[in-house]
Amino acid sequence: MTSLPKTPSPKRLGLVVDLDTCVGCHACATNCKEWNAGGPSAPLTDVNAYQAEQRGVWFNRVFTYEAGGCGANARTVHFPKNCLHCEKPDCVTVCPTGASYKRAEDGIVLIDHDRCIGCKLCSWACPYGARELDEVEGVMKKCTLCIDKIYNETLPEADRVPACVSTCPVGARHFGDFNDPDSKVSQLTRERGGFDLMPESGYKPTSKYLPPRRPRSDGPARLEPAAGAASGLLRWVDRMLSR
Amino acid sequence: MYPAASVILFTTASGAGLGLIAWLALLALLGLAPTTTAFGLVAFGLALGLLSLGLLSSVFHLGRPERALLALTQWRSSWLAREGVAALATYMTTGPFALGWIVLNRTDGAFAAAAAASLAMSVATIVCTAMIYASLKPIRQWSNRWTAPVYLALAAASGGLLTVDLTSLMGGFRPAIGLAAVALVVASAAAKLAYWRHIDNQSPRSTLATATGLASLGTVRLLEQPHTEANYVMREMGFHIARKHSAKLRRLTVAALFAMPALSISSATLLADHFPIASASAALLATLSAAVGLGVERWLFFAEATHVSMLYYGGAP
Repeated sequence: MTSLPKTPSPKRLGLVVDLDTCVGCHACATNCKEWNAGGPSAPLTDVNAYQAEQRGVWFNRVFTYEAGGCGANARTVHFPKNCLHCEKPDCVTVCPTGASYKRAEDGIVLIDHDRCIGCKLCSWACPYGARELDEVEGVMKKCTLCIDKIYNETLPEADRVPACVSTCPVGARHFGDFNDPDSKVSQLTRERGGFDLMPESGYKPTSKYLPPRRPRSDGPARLEPAAGAASGLLRWVDRMLSR
Repeated sequence: MYPAASVILFTTASGAGLGLIAWLALLALLGLAPTTTAFGLVAFGLALGLLSLGLLSSVFHLGRPERALLALTQWRSSWLAREGVAALATYMTTGPFALGWIVLNRTDGAFAAAAAASLAMSVATIVCTAMIYASLKPIRQWSNRWTAPVYLALAAASGGLLTVDLTSLMGGFRPAIGLAAVALVVASAAAKLAYWRHIDNQSPRSTLATATGLASLGTVRLLEQPHTEANYVMREMGFHIARKHSAKLRRLTVAALFAMPALSISSATLLADHFPIASASAALLATLSAAVGLGVERWLFFAEATHVSMLYYGGAP
């Protein structure tokens, strides 16, 4: 049923992406592809995988932006983006077949690939570009928040997080329940000013982004001329060498 | 947005077919219908043929056409599902309406009720088609108050032109039919011009700054794409048409879809009494010109539409 759940879900699972620490290594995107090529979304097909004009399905893509112009104040911000599991996901309500749905229990937005007709309308309805057509299978695919990993009781508890989170070498990605005020994701969002992407879209994304930290207020340390302020022995050496 | 031929054919052909059904129903309800078997066969054949062509074209653009019937299930939330249900209902009401006209040469009593239902369902189907596009918030050129009026007016005008053709060729033409068709062409021109003015003056709600949330750091620009090759999202949503081509194609639309048909149908109406052959030729010319114009208009409707997800890829808002 593509109508949204009537009542708010008891859990709101999502991610926090820390734009301050992300180094843009693409490990999250790569591990996502690796894990999901074998899960309920399998296969994640690639066309022309080993030649020019490669096309393939990826759930996570890492952009790099530059903010603040040029010079000392400019920031390079690496920006991974995947489905934000919105609370008002139009990608679900536009689906004519009931293939797209938002889970009542945890708010994860999923696709039933056996009901999808590949009409692409859900991808048109997503402002974040999170849904992709698997052109080989003829159905839409999207981030499942690694549904087959986060609830997998055969895995050690520490591993029950999405593949993008477990692989991040700098701990820039966090997974948890936004309905639990004591969860890591809720705390980080509160303390670091977590924000929504494109809040004006009205889709109320569940996952949040943490802003890059401000540069130190006294400015970055700058190089001083080596001998300018020298005294004693260094001053004598400077004078001797300057002759 | 990528202007796929299948979707252009779907919206234009089904719009014209539904418009013609609505016109036939109106003629029947007003007692102006030339209820001969031959006219009925040709007219309903054309109307249902166009509608079916459009619907089949939309089905074949699916990734999994064999599952198309599932698309009728979610009418509670999805305009696409509503469109499918409304189109099927239009077939069901048009069936008895057409049978009465063709077999019994009658459009009164129960057949008039079927005609009224066909009129209502065809209008509802056109509105559903328009709402598929008008309900997509990430595309500002579609999600506005002019999309549905333009679709409705163009479907009605297409049906009007076909009605003028059929009645001039097979009998039953009246000046009122010609005048109504011209009025609908003029009305759709007004709606389309208002649509273009609206999308040209619209200020985009989203920018790369709101998309990334990095505005507090200063101006944001894309430094690196996530990958070296274009992906599905870029190919589907990232279609780009140069402004100068768009201006030219708009002029072509105005000439072929509005000016030429309005003039031709006006002359067809004036010539109808004394020069039936010239009149019918003018009517056919109007339809041919409008068909080209409608194709260009619908191509532009897709090609000029921008999707906010392209902001992440460095696209203009």
